[in-house]
Amino acid sequence: MKRFAAWTAFLLGSLIFILPLFGMTEFSLSMRRGEYSFDAYASVLADPQFRETFTYSVVMALFTIVFGILLVVPTAYWVRLKMPGLRPVVEFITLMPLVIPAIVIVFGYIRLYNTSSWLPLTGSAMGTNILLMFGYTALALPYMYRAVDTGLRSIDIATLTEAAQSLGAGWTTIFARVILPNVFVAVLSGAFLTFAIVIGEFTLAALLNRPAFGPYLQLVGANKAYEPSALAVISFAITWLCMGLIQIVARLAPKPPAQPH
Amino acid sequence: MSEPFLSIQSVRKSFGATTVVQDFNLDVDKGEFISFLGPSGCGKTTMLRIVAGFEQPSAGRIVVDGKDVTGLKPNQRNIGMVFQAYALFPNMTVAQNIGFGLKVVGRPKAEIDARVAEMLALIKLGEFGARYPYQLSGGQQQRVALARAIAPKPRLLLLDEPLSALDAKVRVSLRDEIRAIQRELGITTIFVTHDQEEAMSMSDRIVVMNAGRADQVGAPFEVYNRPATRFVAGFVGTLNVLDAVVKDPASGAVEIGGVPVALARPVADAKSGDRISLALRPETISMTKEAGRSVAIPCTITAVNFLGSVIRISADANGNSLSFDTFNNPAAPPPTPGDRTTVHFSPADLLVLDA
Repeated sequence: MKRFAAWTAFLLGSLIFILPLFGMTEFSLSMRRGEYSFDAYASVLADPQFRETFTYSVVMALFTIVFGILLVVPTAYWVRLKMPGLRPVVEFITLMPLVIPAIVIVFGYIRLYNTSSWLPLTGSAMGTNILLMFGYTALALPYMYRAVDTGLRSIDIATLTEAAQSLGAGWTTIFARVILPNVFVAVLSGAFLTFAIVIGEFTLAALLNRPAFGPYLQLVGANKAYEPSALAVISFAITWLCMGLIQIVARLAPKPPAQPH
Repeated sequence: MSEPFLSIQSVRKSFGATTVVQDFNLDVDKGEFISFLGPSGCGKTTMLRIVAGFEQPSAGRIVVDGKDVTGLKPNQRNIGMVFQAYALFPNMTVAQNIGFGLKVVGRPKAEIDARVAEMLALIKLGEFGARYPYQLSGGQQQRVALARAIAPKPRLLLLDEPLSALDAKVRVSLRDEIRAIQRELGITTIFVTHDQEEAMSMSDRIVVMNAGRADQVGAPFEVYNRPATRFVAGFVGTLNVLDAVVKDPASGAVEIGGVPVALARPVADAKSGDRISLALRPETISMTKEAGRSVAIPCTITAVNFLGSVIRISADANGNSLSFDTFNNPAAPPPTPGDRTTVHFSPADLLVLDA
């Protein structure tokens, strides 16, 4: 009986998740009357605005990932190594983007960095791009920090650091050759999550008026019938690809040696 | 007299209000194998970390080969270290781990490869260069850690309880291996351990530490047979502590459980009638009268532990608990609890314990 109830719950949950996806995919293939086709996908892929916005978002995602790694990995490492007492404070700070809506963040940015401010980042396209990257980094911070912190927890960073120091290594060598390679999978997990967040992000890009993929999704959704479904399926596919890649790289990670008993 | 290779001078280390190392002085000659021996929390690892540069002393200085290194960072000291937790880099192969220190200082690849091959041969893991640490046993990992530490030819080798995480058999074989490698390379070594057997079997000299101080520094034979303090006597080896009454301090006459005993020396700082504690190693006691063992004390056997080649016997001698060993003899079964017997020892083996 228990088993039956569990299976029923599982199937019900699966239906709730799968049915809308199925409906959306089926609708995206129904552009040609009376038969299934990839016309909606062809239309989307042929749209130069799709390519431009998608490329823009991919480039922004890559910059966000690089900046996020440079910000988060040394911070998480240093906090674990030298200031473990500060961990709850840093964790709290990294959780802030989850409770502060993106719209609040972007209005704060616009107010702080407008053309009449002391740092007029919104005065140029490059400045706004940089501001958008900071915003994306903030949005991805909870995921990136947790992924990296979990990776650091799985190795004895204090002893590895001291072992490297006793062998003559300085901080740059320790970080680049010992710490980073051992949390590489965790960093990649954070990177893929960041990528997935940036690709679909709407609020920051729309309010900073940048040509990103999120606002393009909204624009197509407001004006066309089948293409929005095709775009949504593409977005889902990208996200799932990211998740799949996390799983694959996790298997390629350096395995921690057996711990002393 | 030649200059010591390593000189630890008046080192003190405090964490807040707690002082973990105080007034620590030690001179170590080149090629010596020194053990810091003591219970948990005695400051031995802190002292080692100060030598390594991972901790800064609150006072005092560290001099290596005539040069004050107290202010130098760990990566500037050229001191190799082996950790209890192995600390091999999981992302690198055994060969890459061993070559890490040489790569860091920019040695040519050919030189690194040759040195790695030499080290692998030294630790008898020649075929394991391409393996990763997770593919090795604990003992193999620790041998790789040792090879990694000595590959860059450090001036000093520090071993922080490197055998503690290994099982008994591997510990014994690895400690012999470490000592043999140390002798072969002639590298000055400090070994931290809480295991007296390890310290005594490996060291040229032992530093017995207690509450942040070096209670005694000496060769294993000297520390075991002539402990300087009550702590050293109790910590190093098994000890029988006997209550005695001083009869004549000047001549060293005392009474143990009613039996008069003439110590080989006067009892300092005591007067007639004082109660003092005397210590006796188990191996200096026998149930048969042997040459020189002139003191005979009757006692009752309370426990017999058969340990294989050795039998450990506990007995009560007029309120004094005694523990001593006898070799297993298949032709003569050991006594049983409740048996009355007489134990013999030499008054020269009695140690008068300090406070």
